[in-house]
Formats: sequence, C-alpha cells, structure tokens
Amino acid sequence: MSRLRKAAALLLAGALAAGTAACAAPAGGGGTDKNLTVFAAASLKAPFTALAGEFEASHPGTRVVLSFAGSADLATQLSQGAPADVFASADLKNMAKVADAGLVSGTPRDFASNVLAIAVPPANPAGIESFADLAKPGVKVVVCAAQVPCGAAAKSVQGKTGVALKPVSEESSVTDVLGKVTSGEADAGLVYVTDVRAAGSKVRGIPFPEAAAAVNHYPIAALKTSRNQELSDAFISLVTGAGGRKVLADAGFGSP
Amino acid sequence: MTRHGYSGIPRWVLAIAAAAALFVLLPLAAMVARVNWPQFIPLLTSEASLTALGLSLRTAAASTVLCVLLGVPLALVLARGDFPGQRLLRSFVLLPLVLPPVVGGIALLYTFGRQGLLGRSLEVAGIQIAFSTTAVVLAQTFVALPFLVVSLEGALRSAGSRYEAVAATLGARPTTVLRRVTVPLVLPGLASGAVLSFARSLGEFGATLTFAGSLQGVTRTLPLEIYLQRETDADAAVALSLLLVAVAVIVVGLSYRGPAAAGRRAGSSAGSGQVRG
Repeated sequence: MSRLRKAAALLLAGALAAGTAACAAPAGGGGTDKNLTVFAAASLKAPFTALAGEFEASHPGTRVVLSFAGSADLATQLSQGAPADVFASADLKNMAKVADAGLVSGTPRDFASNVLAIAVPPANPAGIESFADLAKPGVKVVVCAAQVPCGAAAKSVQGKTGVALKPVSEESSVTDVLGKVTSGEADAGLVYVTDVRAAGSKVRGIPFPEAAAAVNHYPIAALKTSRNQELSDAFISLVTGAGGRKVLADAGFGSP
Repeated sequence: MTRHGYSGIPRWVLAIAAAAALFVLLPLAAMVARVNWPQFIPLLTSEASLTALGLSLRTAAASTVLCVLLGVPLALVLARGDFPGQRLLRSFVLLPLVLPPVVGGIALLYTFGRQGLLGRSLEVAGIQIAFSTTAVVLAQTFVALPFLVVSLEGALRSAGSRYEAVAATLGARPTTVLRRVTVPLVLPGLASGAVLSFARSLGEFGATLTFAGSLQGVTRTLPLEIYLQRETDADAAVALSLLLVAVAVIVVGLSYRGPAAAGRRAGSSAGSGQVRG
C-alpha cells in the first residue's frame, strides 16, 4: 500500500513539474524582446530551421522559437490568442483567416510556392510513371482529403486533367500520405515536391506536368501581437530575400 | 444511502473535489456553448456525418464482440491460471492502456500491413487488411481489449473460486463449471467490461488513422471525421463532438448502473454476504 502511495505521489510530482515547465517555457511569443516566435507550416520545417539558425547568428542574443503544424491548426491557435511574432502559412486561405481576425500587421508577402508530386515506394511496385497511371485499376493511391490544402490541390489537378482518382484513403495531412507510402502500404501518394525531397531515399518522386494546374503559394506576415516588430520584419526580410530564396530552393520550393 | 455511516469529509477535500469536477465539466460546457444550434440538426444529418456515425457504431460493435471472444479466455487464464511469467503477461496485455494509440497503430502496421510480419502471408492468401474496415476493427480491438480483461479479471478475483470448487467436487467438467458457474457469477463484470470496450472503440482515433487510413464509409469513423471537419468547418466538428459526448455519457451511465443493479441480483441469488449500502 505504501509503495502504491509513494508511486502515486511521485507521479503527481512529475505531472506538476511537467506542467510548470510547460507553462514556463516559451509562453511569451511577444514575451521577452529577444525571443522571436515563428508559427510556420509543417512543410517549412527544414528550410525555416536553417534560416532560424542563420538569423540567430546574425542577431546575437536573439532566440528564434519555431512552432510547426498544419496551417489550419496554426491559424486556429492564433485566432484563439496564441502569442507569436511571425506567421508563415502554406496557403493563402489560412493567412486570410488570420488577417480577417485582425491579427496581421502590414500586408502578407508571398515567399515561396509548392506543387504536387507523385511519391512511390523506391521499388515502385505498381509501375507508376505518370499522373494518369494513378487511375489504373488496382493501384492503391492515397491522397489528402479535400478539406486540407494538399487535398484541394489534388482535387483541382483531377478536375483540370479529367483523370478521376479512386483513392483507398484520404488523409488529413500530407505527412500521413507520405507515411502510407514510406511504409509500403500504398502504391502511390500525392504529396508536395518538397515532401519528396525531405523524405530522401525512402520514396521515389515522380514530377508530373499537370501539377502546374494547382500551385500553392506561401505567404508570410508579422503579427500584431508581436512586441518586437523590428525583429519580426528582419526575419521576414531574411525569408523573402536572396538568402531565404536559396535555402527554400534547396528544399524544393519554387519562387513565389 | 444510509445516514448512519461516518461521512466526515473535511471541507478542503470537498473544495478540491469540486474543482476537480469543474475541471472535467467546464470544457464540456464550453463546447456545448459553442454549438451552432440553428444548424445543429443539418450538420449532424449531413451524409458524411451519418456515414461516419454508422461506420463507428458498426465497427465498435464488431470490436466489442472480438474483445469478448478474445478477452474472456485471457482474463480467465490471468485470474485463475498459475504459471511462470503470468505477471509479465498481464503487464503486456495491459500495455495498450498506457500506450499512445498512434504507437499501437504503428505496431499494427508492421504486423498486418502489406510489408508487415503477417501481412505478406495474408496477402498471398488473398486477404488485404490495409485500408479496409477490418483494419479499423483490429485497431479498435487492440486498444479496447485491456478494458475487458481488467474488468473481468477483477470480477473473477473478487468472486473467488469457492462455487467452482463445489461444482467440480460434484462432478462437473471444467467446461460445464465455466458455463454454469463462473460466467453467470461474473456476468456483471463482463457486461461493464464490454460496455467500456465499446466506448473505447468508439473513441479510437490514433491507431485507426495510422493503420487504417481515412476514407468515407470504409475507414473514416466519427473521431476521424471530426478531426477532418475541424480543418474547414468548426461548427460541424463541434456538433459531431457533442454527438460523441452524448454517446459516451449513455455508455458510461450504462456501465455504472449495470454492475450495481446486476451485482445486487447476483448477491441475493447466490446468497453471498455482500454489504449493501
């Protein structure tokens, strides 16, 4: 019994410690003037992590806190009062949502673009070579649901090409689509060019010309909740400038 | 129900208890406050919602049946058996209770998936589990099974084995004892275990998303539909969430009333000296 009690006390103490730590951590986006909190779409993880490192090097004493998630999630968090300095969205719609809530200072600027690509397992078991191949009978293709940006893009490509896919699954995020391909469950998935690049040798990417029918534009903006507009603007200049362009291009992003 | 017993709960305990109750109830109340009532019925009766609800109810029912079929023997072995490694087995069986469901989904993927441990043989046999409703049922059973095993094992232990021993000395075979004595004795525990398994299956999200995918009418259960609707239509997500809360309240209500009422019946018929409050 006393052992059980001790264990319970320990558990409680642990939970409390974790709770206070979580509270103490980066609660202040606009908190201290040397912290810059950037909310960025999940697909920007690699280039923004590199750019944040560059920014910290050129602005000594500044710490860039990055928070990556789906753009819709981030937009919801921001409109519910999450403190952040900069928001980079993977589509115009979610940036518009944040702007409509009166949270954006200045005008959002497009800084990159992204198009769909077909991802197949390295062995390409279904022999996919083109977008039309995805509609062949027996091919297990996974796409994003139409409610999320990558699904909306997949839908408009289907509309423009007249090729109707019969997916075995419509995932709620592009990472879930990629996961189904890397695990070999699916024969093919529709993801972004940048996801293929980031996945390395785990998938084979097949670019297709029809992808140009649905280009995703990435806007970035400073937020009114920011307590350090200057620093926010400096970060946005880095992202939209030549240095940012190069890092983004290396990750597979197109020009804005 | 009696007033004679000692009920001197310190005030500060009451205060903390009230705060704890509020902590659970307030978020639910906040959600109810967010419901778009004029649109509530149309949101609930949209084709996608009804399909997801139907699929959820069907798969949760199938998973509950599977949990009972697999869980009853397992609970019996854990409660009545005596073999080396029994405690270890129990720990592993209970693992899905504390494991993040997404981890369960990954584990299932590497077992039943196309490239998985059993998946290859299954595919040769013409059985494809990935992206099918079967995958949903497997994921739900995986996470819900411990609930049945825990409830039933507890019931078996507290019922003791006196009646079974008597039946055996009277010449009943083990299967007869199981059927005529053991199962009737622990029926309330079995029932509440089954209800809890059903509830857990109904709420399953992470393992399903990882293992089964998400396709309307095939694998997109209500929690997955809520997660997806949240992207574009917050009102629909809230309405569906409320529906799931309502189902959960009914289920929990059933499982807490069930054993008490049934326990009283079993107590009086078996004549055991149960204390009745």
